[in-house]
Amino acid sequence: MQIIDLGLTNFSDAYELQKELVQKISQGLCEDALLITEHYPVITIGRKGSRDNIFQTRGIEVLNIDRGGDVTYHGPGQIVAYPIFKLENEARDIHGFLSHLEDVGCNFLESYGLSPQKRFGLRGIWVDNKKIGSIGIGVKKWTTYHGIAININTDLTPFSFIRPCGIEGAEVTSLRDVLCSEIDIKDARDKLIETFKQIPFLAEAVSKV
Amino acid sequence: MAELKLPELAEGVNEAVVSFWHFKEGDTVKEGDEVVEMATDKAAFNVPSKTAGTLKKIAANEGDTVKVGSVLAVIE
Repeated sequence: MQIIDLGLTNFSDAYELQKELVQKISQGLCEDALLITEHYPVITIGRKGSRDNIFQTRGIEVLNIDRGGDVTYHGPGQIVAYPIFKLENEARDIHGFLSHLEDVGCNFLESYGLSPQKRFGLRGIWVDNKKIGSIGIGVKKWTTYHGIAININTDLTPFSFIRPCGIEGAEVTSLRDVLCSEIDIKDARDKLIETFKQIPFLAEAVSKV
Repeated sequence: MAELKLPELAEGVNEAVVSFWHFKEGDTVKEGDEVVEMATDKAAFNVPSKTAGTLKKIAANEGDTVKVGSVLAVIE
């Protein structure tokens, strides 16, 4: 697995790179990739999403994109991980993959001493009934893209402009808010990458490193 | 003639919504071409054609909810 740390990016630039990688990886031209980034402020609407879930934008760009799920916000201080993985044989279980992604998010937060939960029927990662992480993927030619976003030091104000994931009354939080202290984002990035490597479904991909 | 069906997705996932068609009726499709994009709760995915031919009939419109195993299109 190749790990590509992009730093702060425009959503669209990172998306173009994902598309390129999906092409190559689906054809077996290069190994699986994990992209790590933070985005400039952007509101994205997934395939199950509705503009009705956006109340205001205050000048933040809004994009309709080809992932599952509804409306979400990305901005600096939120770590976004895009696993571009070719699913083969028994790994061809899209919702199983989503569940693994949630495990990555939960294990990552546990390493900070939190007790995150998955919620039945509601995807994402929750801490004390507040949403801290969101997931949503696309799959082309059995290769995954899009992925998981976790609020680390994110300014959460723009989440009040939307109905996150279309869930009524969902409160959003960040690792900083939960721990009441600023988090070293570089350290968090490294921890998240390590967590990805420890999830069994990646064992094969990691062994190729 | 071949029927393009919504494949088994995962345990407990019985249906998906048609996001959009990459082709229209009358178009020629090749084996492996992604014909239609579908969405479930948190995943968007494409259904590829197993055969080459002409897209004769589209059986589900964009926005329709479709059960696993049901026919999305006919290719011949």
